[in-house]
Amino acid sequence: MPRVRRRAVLPATAAVLGLVLTACGSRVGEDGAGAAPAESCVDTSGDSIKVGAINSLSGATAINETVIRDAIEFAVDEINADGGVLGKQLDLIAEDGASDPTVFAEKAEKLVTSDCVAAVFGGYTSASRKAMLPVFEDNGGLLYYGQQYEGLEDSSNIFYSGATTNQQIIPALDYLKEQGVTSLYLVGSDYVFPRTSNAIVKAYADANGIEIKGEDYLPLGATEFSTIVNKIRTADADAVFNVVVGDSLVAFFREFTAAGLTAADMPVMSMCLGEEEVAAVGVENVRDHLASWNYYQTLETPENTSFVEAFRAEYGADRVTSDPMESAYTGVHLWKAMVEKADSFDVADVQEAADGVSYDSPGGTVVVDGDNHHISKTARIGQIRADGQIVSVWESDGAIEPDPYLTTYDWAEGLAD
Amino acid sequence: MSTTTPAAPARRWPAVPGPLRTGAGFALAAVVLFAVAPAVLSDFRLGLLGKFLCFAIVAAGIGLAWGRGGMLTLGQGLFFGMGAYVMAMHLKLADAQVRGDAVPDFMSIAGVRDVPGWWQPFASPVVTLLVVLLAPGAVAVLLGLMVFKRRVKGAYFAILSQALAAALATWVVGQQMLGGSNGLNRFRTFFGFDLSDPANRRLLFFIAAGTLLVVVAVVRQLMRSRYGELLVAVRDQEERVRFLGYDPANVKVVAYTVAATFAGIAGALFVPLVGIISPSDVGIVPSISFLIGVAIGGRDTLLGPVLGAIGIAWAESSLSESFPSAWVYAQGALFIVVVGFLPGGLASLGGVLRRRGRPAERVPHEEPDEPASVRTTEPEKEPVA
Amino acid sequence: MDVVVSQIFTGLSTGSIMLLAATGLVLTFGQMGVINMAHGEFIMAGSYTAYVVQQATASAGASLLISLVLGFLVGGAMGVIIEITLLRHLYHRPLDTLLVTFGVGLVLQQVARDVFGAPAVNVRTPSWLSGSVEVLGAVVPRTRLFILVLALVCLAALAAALQYTALGRRTRAVMQSRDLAESSGISSRRVDLTTFFIGSGLAGVAGVALTLIGSTSSTVGQSYLINAFLVVVAGGLGQLRGALIAAFVLGLLQSFLEYSTTASVAQVLVFVVIVVFLQFRPQGLFSLKTRSLV
Repeated sequence: MPRVRRRAVLPATAAVLGLVLTACGSRVGEDGAGAAPAESCVDTSGDSIKVGAINSLSGATAINETVIRDAIEFAVDEINADGGVLGKQLDLIAEDGASDPTVFAEKAEKLVTSDCVAAVFGGYTSASRKAMLPVFEDNGGLLYYGQQYEGLEDSSNIFYSGATTNQQIIPALDYLKEQGVTSLYLVGSDYVFPRTSNAIVKAYADANGIEIKGEDYLPLGATEFSTIVNKIRTADADAVFNVVVGDSLVAFFREFTAAGLTAADMPVMSMCLGEEEVAAVGVENVRDHLASWNYYQTLETPENTSFVEAFRAEYGADRVTSDPMESAYTGVHLWKAMVEKADSFDVADVQEAADGVSYDSPGGTVVVDGDNHHISKTARIGQIRADGQIVSVWESDGAIEPDPYLTTYDWAEGLAD
Repeated sequence: MSTTTPAAPARRWPAVPGPLRTGAGFALAAVVLFAVAPAVLSDFRLGLLGKFLCFAIVAAGIGLAWGRGGMLTLGQGLFFGMGAYVMAMHLKLADAQVRGDAVPDFMSIAGVRDVPGWWQPFASPVVTLLVVLLAPGAVAVLLGLMVFKRRVKGAYFAILSQALAAALATWVVGQQMLGGSNGLNRFRTFFGFDLSDPANRRLLFFIAAGTLLVVVAVVRQLMRSRYGELLVAVRDQEERVRFLGYDPANVKVVAYTVAATFAGIAGALFVPLVGIISPSDVGIVPSISFLIGVAIGGRDTLLGPVLGAIGIAWAESSLSESFPSAWVYAQGALFIVVVGFLPGGLASLGGVLRRRGRPAERVPHEEPDEPASVRTTEPEKEPVA
Repeated sequence: MDVVVSQIFTGLSTGSIMLLAATGLVLTFGQMGVINMAHGEFIMAGSYTAYVVQQATASAGASLLISLVLGFLVGGAMGVIIEITLLRHLYHRPLDTLLVTFGVGLVLQQVARDVFGAPAVNVRTPSWLSGSVEVLGAVVPRTRLFILVLALVCLAALAAALQYTALGRRTRAVMQSRDLAESSGISSRRVDLTTFFIGSGLAGVAGVALTLIGSTSSTVGQSYLINAFLVVVAGGLGQLRGALIAAFVLGLLQSFLEYSTTASVAQVLVFVVIVVFLQFRPQGLFSLKTRSLV
């Protein structure tokens, strides 16, 4: 085998590498390091403006996110039919996040730096949002994240149109306490939102004399709940605080009901059980149990009636509207309101104008908090009816101001820095 | 280059290009990666290409272990994940140090005040690099010896390695100190270099490109060596090799270890390039995705796996944008058509076309279906172990 | 005590679900050597069959029984189609079968998403299966008892068919020595087809049964697939007895580990236990004794 020529290859490669290494950029601590965010490339000259959407249309959470995409498209169509934003039609560039945070980050970067969109709507899991956050911060983009989540975050490049913990979890606990619940069993899927929300639940329980009988997590997508239901049954808590999400909800409630547990003797308060999930679980398995959201399809407000009617006319009479859909839909409209107030598509102008922007959403009037970029929302405890709809049985006194770090609650001290 | 060379069996293994063509190939690849790509691609596209190069590094290892060694490594996510998480831990610690914080940002959000003990070694860049380079290989040696010495192979090995990747992903999701399902992201620096500076990102790309060239050179060297012949022999006729006095397990362990080391290095490069590592990058689905490019490019050629991996990753990222549903169909169809009917991958396409009309030559890649044809004795019951 | 009994039943139930998903694999993977990654999608096809049948019939009870039969046929038919179009070209390349059928699985999942929509659908439980019965102080849901019985019935029926029918004898003959069987006048093609039909059909049955406990969506089959393969591997290729024991041992292990630790840890530990077990018995619990070197 002739070996001489090959030997020339490696040194050549090394030489190329060496040349390259001399061309390195700034080191941390040098002047000018961490330069200002890249200049925006948004094109505002035409009669249309690009916006982006990232939702998973494939993979594990496609089940939940495809309907959110529908809601975003619906909002965009609605705005376009109404004359657009600042006279420009919206041109929606839609991407598939494929239920993979890495893909979310990649697609977000593409939307912001290659497509030069004015704003992006979407994101679902906490993981997808955390993955996209540095992309939007580094490139000066705007993300409208329309999903209830675990709080403890605020970014000037993200607007959070879903509930934070004090608009969903704490009202649920207040309600349970009001009902005389003195002990709780916590179950959740094994990821950040359930773990963080249960940390809050435990702090709350500690301060309010509620006993925590147990705490269990199952991997996302797990279908084997008999052990946990056995534990719950033996623990005999007053209520179950449930942060199980997605497909696992079906298995959980079937197991729970089959074990002879009912809402009368042990109600389940669910954080992630919306109208779609009720349909998948089967109403006979969740009847009379409780859910905590800000929006239900059954709300009787003029805004909601027309929202539900229009959505069904567009997407089919059998479709339901749920809180995540409403939040995402609201996010699009909030962006429009902010742009119109700023009279500019520029990110800095929108950020500037955001404070106090309000919108009459299907779930009630919401107002943007300019400091933490969350919005005020009305909390509602819902009960699952025999027809699969969720009706509000309790409502907070007006909209609750967002408090993502729970700074206004004494007992929450130490949960976050 | 070798893309038109048939991968059909031949004594001289034409799938590995000769020295002259190799030199030319390396020169061309170096020009494309170091001069053309940075000139024509935007920073974003260059970053994407960098990510694809990471996959290509994994693919080069799979090509060696699977294409040449007949070991279907369905669980490379395990090694990829090890390299990636180790690097990610170091970067998080370094970032915290630069900022003057006691713990990385995600830990302070979770209310953790002190860095856990098992994180601390990774504060040192040297330890990190050593672990990245050595740990995946060490695990592979251990696993390989356990598995191959017991003559576990074929499907068993594939399913076992898949189960291990699944176990890693499941375990990481439960580890809040590794970011749980969120994974680790928001890296600011890379060994002191600011990651938000485009010049540094380009540098990272060059490091990935250089690594890929080195990896390909290593694989080529292994393929052309005596060891490479032995590996192919083990793949095609393991028993005969055993009778010749070699231990096939050792031969396999070497290829498996090399593949694991490559995957670990690729994982470590992936982290600063892509800026995130999460359990969904290390489980079953990514582990199988690593294979598709290898199969399509031509599993037992030198460059097939590398080019296939880059091509598939590029196709996925650009096609799934406009047609997510169609892309899934295309991906499935590629698996079916290429693996089922073109086992030599696209690299064998030229040869297949040339041979049309003649009976197709089988790519000798797995041993003949042993259990059914060799078991001639009456089944006897064995007591439970 | 109550807890121990409950956990034993949980373990048996978990095991029976693994067993049900694995029984078909014992035939297709164990006997024929086909690593069918689309087995999970055959399970999914069974689940959606149950859904479609329920849309068409008024009574949930009747629809379950019809679905069990139809699910078997649907799963079996899909298996036959894939056998004829793809697998028969691949018998000499078992590892390639794995990747090809993985591709088939991807396509089938997307078909399900395009046909039935991405959100999960609900299959109602018949009234005679809702609620639970008390056994030795443990509350056992009827659905789980039903699945336990169904899994054992399927396994027993399969074992009997293999042992006592002419078809079963032919199948065993082909699996033990294809050449010898062919020279005795057995059509190995027909046996392959029949075996694959039955194995895939059993996946369909499993899919129908699983609608009683879990969700029905495009990814339903995947969640059971790895465990099913591990059951077959640990039990010994092609060994129904092995699969039976392996499934129940793994089920019990999982349930007790999960009770004392967490679900994720239990899952990881079960994987590790299997890997270690295969160190000591690479051929699984039971195996054909052969003079083969491999």
